[in-house]
Amino acid sequence: MEAQIKEIIQRYNQDKSFLIPILQDVQKQFNYLPREALNQVSILLGVPLSQIYHVATFYKAFSLLPRGRHQLQLCLGTACHVRNAPLIEEHLERSLGIKAGETTADLEFTFETVNCLGACALGPILVADGEYYGQMTISKANKILKQLGKKVESDDE
Amino acid sequence: MNKIKSPDELLNLQEKIRSNRDPNKPAITICGGTGCLAYGAQKLIDNFFSEIAKRNLIGKIDIRATGCHGFCERGPLVVIKPQGIFYQRVKIDDAAEIIEKTILNGEVIEKFLYTDPRTGEKITYEHEVPFYKKQMRLVFGMNGQIDPKSLEDYLAIGGYNALVKVLTSMEPEIVIQEIIKSNLRGRGGGGFPAGWKWDATRKAKGYPKYVICNADEGDPGAYMDRSLLEGNPHSVLEGMIIGAYAIGANEGYIYVRNEYPLAVTNVSIAIEKAREIGLLGENILGSGFSFDIKINRGGGAFVCGESSALFASIEGRAGEPRAKYVHATDKGLYDKPTNLNNVETWANVPLIINKGADWYQTIGTENSKGTKIFSLVGKIKNTGLVEVPMGITLREIIFEIGGGIPKGRKFKAVQTGGPSGGCIPEQFLDMPVDFDELTKIGSMMGSGGMIVMDDRNCMVDVANYFLKFLEEESCGKCTPCREGILQMRKILDRITQGEGKEGDIDTLEWMGQAIIDGSLCALGSTAPNPVLSTIRYFRDEYEAHIKDKKCPAGVCKALITYSIDPETCTGCGVCARICPTQAATGEKKQVHNIDTAKCIKCGACFESCKFDAVKVK
Repeated sequence: MEAQIKEIIQRYNQDKSFLIPILQDVQKQFNYLPREALNQVSILLGVPLSQIYHVATFYKAFSLLPRGRHQLQLCLGTACHVRNAPLIEEHLERSLGIKAGETTADLEFTFETVNCLGACALGPILVADGEYYGQMTISKANKILKQLGKKVESDDE
Repeated sequence: MNKIKSPDELLNLQEKIRSNRDPNKPAITICGGTGCLAYGAQKLIDNFFSEIAKRNLIGKIDIRATGCHGFCERGPLVVIKPQGIFYQRVKIDDAAEIIEKTILNGEVIEKFLYTDPRTGEKITYEHEVPFYKKQMRLVFGMNGQIDPKSLEDYLAIGGYNALVKVLTSMEPEIVIQEIIKSNLRGRGGGGFPAGWKWDATRKAKGYPKYVICNADEGDPGAYMDRSLLEGNPHSVLEGMIIGAYAIGANEGYIYVRNEYPLAVTNVSIAIEKAREIGLLGENILGSGFSFDIKINRGGGAFVCGESSALFASIEGRAGEPRAKYVHATDKGLYDKPTNLNNVETWANVPLIINKGADWYQTIGTENSKGTKIFSLVGKIKNTGLVEVPMGITLREIIFEIGGGIPKGRKFKAVQTGGPSGGCIPEQFLDMPVDFDELTKIGSMMGSGGMIVMDDRNCMVDVANYFLKFLEEESCGKCTPCREGILQMRKILDRITQGEGKEGDIDTLEWMGQAIIDGSLCALGSTAPNPVLSTIRYFRDEYEAHIKDKKCPAGVCKALITYSIDPETCTGCGVCARICPTQAATGEKKQVHNIDTAKCIKCGACFESCKFDAVKVK
């Protein structure tokens, strides 16, 4: 891990002001921010661990917990909200047995909500592993979960 | 490309690019904005390339993946040039047919044409589409003409001419005077005159000075800055270079949301190419002026759109705003004089320099000049980005450009200004839209989000939505904002759950005022607006929730019941199959029923019924 962190920090010439992009790259590498990685960043960059945690917990983009194999992001921007996105949110929470922002115990799914993806014509939008699915409905969401290997009890087929 | 060492050389290069291009050569432009890409436009673009390769037409037909054209509702969009034939809802596999019929045989394919819903007429050309007709696309219009990854494309349409003009014939002070005279105001929502800000930064003591582009577009439902940065990044860079020259800055930043990966990519490419050719870096075009730009990706915090929080974030700290008794123009990033403008503001600069402040003054209203890009979304037929002159009415935007409300439903309100704005009811639809007018009715123009709502949207629910958003996004520094929003949200939660009390509305009103008075930055001091404006215009809806325990729009779960209308139910069984709790049941081909005791009001049956037999009360 140390070598990987070193490489990332080198990319930014060990410049402390690039702490946020550095953490973004660390998260990209490990899928989340492991405690050990943050320790390394602190030592190699010369920034107190407390300050790193301040930043890592302040910004939404960072996760201190491992994330699932499949990432589901539901847009809850205003346009999606007025087009019934909250019903999809509740449905996904119910189907996966987790709250938004959490990861299933088997590390298969992480479900998050985001504030606006700016593709409002397609609202409500669900992004599954980077792929955009528009005009989301409960039955479409079921199909996507099924494709990703989730057992879904009811669907409309 | 070699480095360009003088303005003349740049003009020669432009001329060379133009003379190598045949304006009559057929070109297929495909919208590659985030919206169209989400529809699968990338595969369509790939198919166009492989289809022309198959037919040995490489070099004979140009294929251009452009930025967002704006008409997101009808994507993927394809425009055939030089004629300007407008195709919409094109499918991934349609590339071959378009090449065969339209490009090779000059035939217009009717099924891809847009039908004017009012007249039923098919429309062939892009400029005749009603959505575009009423717009004035001065800033955003270039998007459809250029490949954002190509510096040559930008140069071909006269890109960087404004920079040449500035470097060859305008002293920095003159540039600032021109911007002041144009009365360009900050497009991020604040509306502060950009020229004055430039002037203050230029006059401030201290070095280095910074210019920053704020691309932390956080208002949900607003995406014009992203589309500009994605679709025409050089126009933003050109504006920034001119600004830096005028202010006397040699370093710049673009602070862009990490949620906008395509914008980050395209602007990174643009910076690299501009640097390669000598439009950024040391001694730009041999003028002796040096300037370079770094990109900083945000970490997903709404408050970082606020200037002092944004500076903290660039410095690698948590984005907490500070008091503004010292202006950023004196002490901003790293406590040095800093000029921060938003994406759209910067993109207006080359236009003003090229055409002059006098010309710019002729567009717009008395105190709001130029155009504004709005993102028209929600319950609207033509979702998309529209650029209109300031002073146009809400009615023109929503009903003439936007085409009105889908499914024959009734307009209820339009929410402008994002979480800082308010909901505007029908009686104000003839208000002119500019920086000052909407403020008078308790909303604001803001950065340009316009979310249209119909009679199936609950105003209490919408107000609660914004409070939840702000509760999460409050940085927590000021107690009235951190705790006040939470308490207001709790009251609204109660109201939407049918537990509202007499006096709740009054409490919300005085609490809102206290938060406005007691918060440091604009997040807190505008946070109560969505609640206050909905109370102002939709008080009866609040009262229905509190007194009658009813949600007139049929949204608030605790106050509604689902039932099946026996007259319209065909017994198809879709509701029974999708119901997660087996509350909807019935024999095949017989009228179905919903057991209200089992129903969890998830809405699945309502949404999946093709016969509108499921009713909400």
